[in-house]
Amino acid sequence: MKPAAFDYYAPTSVDEALETVAQLGYDGKVLAGGQSLIPAMNFRMALPAALVDLNSVPELSYIRPTDEGGILIGTMTRDSAVEFSDLVKARAPMVSETMPHVAHPQIRNRGTFGGCLAHADPTAQLPAVVTALNARYHIRGSGGDRWISSEEFYTGPFATAIEPDEMLIEIEIPAMAQRTGSSYRQVARQVGAQALVGAASVLTLDDAGRVMEARIALTSVGEVPVMANQAISLLVGEVLTADTIIAAAEAAATVDIDPGGDIHCSAEYRRHLTRVLTRQSLTEALERAAR
Amino acid sequence: MSQTRTITLTVNGAQYTREVETRRLLSDFIRHDLGLTGTHVGCEHGVCGTCTVILDGESVRSCLMLAVQANGHDVRTVESLGTVNNLHPLQEAFMEAHGVQCGFCTPGMLMSLVPFLEKNPHPTEEEIRDAIDGNLCRCTGYQNIVDSVKLASEKMAKAGDQVVATR
Amino acid sequence: MSKKYLGQRLTRNEDPRLLTGQALFVDDIELPGMLHAAFLRSDYAHARINSIDVSAARERPGVIAVFTAQDLGDVWQPGPLLVPPPTVIPGVVFNKRTQVPMARDKVRHQGEALVVVIAENRYIAEDALPDIVVDMDPLDAVVDIERALDPDAPLVHEDLGTNLASHVKQENGDYAAAKEMADVVISARLYIDRGIAGALENRGYVASWDSKEQRLTLWATTQAPIPLRNGLARILGLSENQVRVIAPFVGGGFGPKIMMYQPEEILLTWASMKLGKPIKWIEDRQENFLATTQERSQVHYAEIALTKEGHILGVKDVFVHDTGAYNSYALTIPLNTQTHTMGPYRVPNFYSEFRVSFTNRILTSPVRGAGRTYGVFVMERLLDMAAKKLGMDPSEIRRRNYIQPDEFPYRTGIIGQDFAKNILDSGNYPATMEKAKELIGYDQFLKEEQPRLRAEGKLVGIGITSFTEGSGVGPYEGARVTVEASGKVSVATGVGTQGQGHFTSFAQVVAEQIGVDPKDIFVVTGDTDQFHWGAGTFASRGATVAGSAINAAAANVRAKILQNASKVLEVPEEEIELVEGMAREIKVPENKVSLAELAVRANPMRGAVEPGAEPGLESTAYYGPPYGATGAGTMSMIVEIDPETWMVKINRAVMAHDCGTVLNQMIVDGQIHGGFELGVGNSFFEKLHFDENGQLMNATLTDYLIPRATDLPRIEIGHLVTPSPLNPLGIKGVGEAGAIPTPSCFVQAVENALAQYNLTILEAPLSPNRLYELVKEAESA
Repeated sequence: MKPAAFDYYAPTSVDEALETVAQLGYDGKVLAGGQSLIPAMNFRMALPAALVDLNSVPELSYIRPTDEGGILIGTMTRDSAVEFSDLVKARAPMVSETMPHVAHPQIRNRGTFGGCLAHADPTAQLPAVVTALNARYHIRGSGGDRWISSEEFYTGPFATAIEPDEMLIEIEIPAMAQRTGSSYRQVARQVGAQALVGAASVLTLDDAGRVMEARIALTSVGEVPVMANQAISLLVGEVLTADTIIAAAEAAATVDIDPGGDIHCSAEYRRHLTRVLTRQSLTEALERAAR
Repeated sequence: MSQTRTITLTVNGAQYTREVETRRLLSDFIRHDLGLTGTHVGCEHGVCGTCTVILDGESVRSCLMLAVQANGHDVRTVESLGTVNNLHPLQEAFMEAHGVQCGFCTPGMLMSLVPFLEKNPHPTEEEIRDAIDGNLCRCTGYQNIVDSVKLASEKMAKAGDQVVATR
Repeated sequence: MSKKYLGQRLTRNEDPRLLTGQALFVDDIELPGMLHAAFLRSDYAHARINSIDVSAARERPGVIAVFTAQDLGDVWQPGPLLVPPPTVIPGVVFNKRTQVPMARDKVRHQGEALVVVIAENRYIAEDALPDIVVDMDPLDAVVDIERALDPDAPLVHEDLGTNLASHVKQENGDYAAAKEMADVVISARLYIDRGIAGALENRGYVASWDSKEQRLTLWATTQAPIPLRNGLARILGLSENQVRVIAPFVGGGFGPKIMMYQPEEILLTWASMKLGKPIKWIEDRQENFLATTQERSQVHYAEIALTKEGHILGVKDVFVHDTGAYNSYALTIPLNTQTHTMGPYRVPNFYSEFRVSFTNRILTSPVRGAGRTYGVFVMERLLDMAAKKLGMDPSEIRRRNYIQPDEFPYRTGIIGQDFAKNILDSGNYPATMEKAKELIGYDQFLKEEQPRLRAEGKLVGIGITSFTEGSGVGPYEGARVTVEASGKVSVATGVGTQGQGHFTSFAQVVAEQIGVDPKDIFVVTGDTDQFHWGAGTFASRGATVAGSAINAAAANVRAKILQNASKVLEVPEEEIELVEGMAREIKVPENKVSLAELAVRANPMRGAVEPGAEPGLESTAYYGPPYGATGAGTMSMIVEIDPETWMVKINRAVMAHDCGTVLNQMIVDGQIHGGFELGVGNSFFEKLHFDENGQLMNATLTDYLIPRATDLPRIEIGHLVTPSPLNPLGIKGVGEAGAIPTPSCFVQAVENALAQYNLTILEAPLSPNRLYELVKEAESA
């Protein structure tokens, strides 16, 4: 299983990378960690005419605090760096909690945070997790810079809003408000395998314990991360009880998703897991928010 | 028509400069261009772990890297750990605890364990199983591999060794 | 008398090389001028080939040659059968359709080879594959093994007029009469699926024809170098002596590497002769899923008739087995199923009938367990159902039906894979049950732990199943043992090694006879130039059959040593012992001579030798068992099921096992650990998903799940020893033991954990999804 030939570019600066990407247009594919792209190329399912390797562009690897209390993660930051970052643990603990589920350590040593998101695998964990965290995506191209939301970023299975002359530069995870709790729960057949279903919940409470903001993003139940909007509507403004959470989980499972079945997981079992995992992640997020 | 590039990299402490096709996988480069056949290939999609090597001190899949991406970097393979007449304590432990059967997964397993033991010299059974979860073995059922790692950590504690690839 | 080397947990001679990356595997071989092959394989499972245009591929720079079936000429023919059909069974129907070197008019399974490209390197060879234009008309594929036998099913082999590959009936006693007398009759439809062997090393070959020497060398990841050599010589029109097959270190066998005259083996050797260049082909993982043999499903309609005390009066089993597109390996797997259904139990009346279907999938071949697993699953599930009906504990119903220790040799009356009526040589089956119960704390779990954990809302369950493992079958193996002038000893035998530790266990056998340290004994396996008589590594027979041949050869060498030493030391043979490479007088240890010196004396360079004398201290011996030895055991496990996600965790597992005399306990335990991993895979993780067009939908390791370190518990092993009377060492095989009882044990444990739903689970493998469905069905009923 050897890749087909391609033209290879290894720019050493962001500007050079962008120039190359713009020139190549549809012919060019960005090579970040390679942990998803290279297997696809080895299977000859991906046949890029040209690769733009970003591994020699050090300015794209960073984890920085923002003044507002959030984080900026450069697109080429290795997954393992994110996994072990104290800053991420402090400001986006759900990301830290999710990382051990993402493939295996050897993959995380090369795979990149931005690369994973830009790959937009419908069964990946991180896209749903950062969606729940209200992440914003900094994209730069020949037309300049833009920031978009998760809803705008993921456009379909393995498809994003990044244009052929553009690159993902960094991801911002906004600050978590006071009295916010988050939790990611999933079921996978094995450690490191794709999630059969994953639920990422973020709850922010006001001083009276009412839900001010709720975000629930589900993975592996649609072509992109699915925000469980009906479930969310049942939570906002409420003081949560076990029953409200159960009702929200039920809405997530029956109204918010229209999952398909595949060899790993029937549609019905997916709905069942959605019900279970939404309930579990909401329960845990609530406990953490109340601390 | 495939492109080529000239790369320079350090492998097991020695520097190599070679011209390679840009599409040549690092696993093939190590095995066939450098003749270091200790690193094996099992799947070429990053799942089995057989091809694991140490890049700049961390375990990675050599089948998921292009050789050109290793330009300027430091690579260590199983050949850096010990020799037939001078086994590293980790290798000795595998021998004593029967952690090797066919031996095909073994080099990749060792290259996952070396950085792991550096960071966690006294792992529990659970931590060991987590650490080798990315390496498939079909012969041993993992049980004796876990015992080998426990034995290795004892041996290395006694010797006051750090598990560092020696060459 | 205690043994110095046999039975010791010696570390393995081969490990230092394996651990340091200094062991030779096929892909490590680099020869000057070596070319590389890639195969164009059919995407369709069933199609007529209209034309193949390779002209563009031939033009590609770096491509040396491109061959189709047409180019092979007379070499293109269906291969020989690897195993003959059991004509000894009356009424057997066997429609031979063996594998062809390359698809010619028709493709019969996805992955079947259409074209081989030989190029400067593998990258270029793969580049050339899309250059090839194949015009095929897809045909309806037949995938379901029962529907394959319908009269209107698409035909895999039109000239046969049916997809019935084989039909076999065997009976011992009279089941119909037994059923009349029964108090309880249980019947069930059972479905058991297995999967790939999944060795970490894919298949691979380097074929090198040297026209100056007129010799062909083939390095191969094969479990059967000698028959492969002989067959290739015949196919290529060479003398056997012109062909050398070498199986170097092989990264796991598990069954599929026993197949021979595989398309790649014929094409590469033929092409190397044609081009006069060495050619390498290393299978990639996707090809391994599509073009390496595997085991697949069987569907059983089984019945058990018992008294109300739970004694088996009879068992009837009618089943369908999948052979895939060809049946080159004949009926080994389903015959194993037949003989192992009765297992360790007394079944006075047994009727077993099977049909084999051709389907549009890669042909099946043994995978660790080799058909035994299905038979054990059927019997163990029937017993569990009977136990439930009779209100009896599963361990108790088994206890009441074991063949007793004083009943051996026990004749089952059913013909097995070695074409003889199966005889169980020795064993103590009740003791394996007792031991397993003790190891896992069976009674205590049921009385105390389970109720306590259930009260906490935990779904925990226990399973216990027993099995036999027919092993060590003939025909024979051979070995040559030589004491060299240095005092080191060399051993050569025909069986190959894929990790079983032959280099060490065989050395231990020799060491025990002639008193040389195993570290000074150099074993060569799997090189036809070194030894050219034998069958190969399969059916857990290496230690038993080759080991016995080695023992015999070593015993002969021992006799020669003593004879020579007696002359030199001037003392009768009985007064000499062999210790640490020396022959010495027991009472006067200073009166000694080294084996090295004896070896030199036995091979004089000048002078005359006595008539009839043989040079050196060497002997070649062969061993063929009268029939195979049978190992046995009982496995037990405790599982815990998450009541929300239906994920299952095996908390504890034990096996009480009897493989007769143990040569090296470390190696025996390791074999059980490895078999257990595959068994757990076949219970809960591994399933090949084919669609109705015969396309494999999970041909990657991401989608076909092989158990990982966090999927398995430790398995604790208790050993029992009832030596086999069939060979001087008393050994039985153990290679497949870990895999055989596991699915039945897992399913019983899962049922037990889900007792509140009163499930009867008649299939394997399971999955969390499937458990969710089964529970929902039960709840709505």
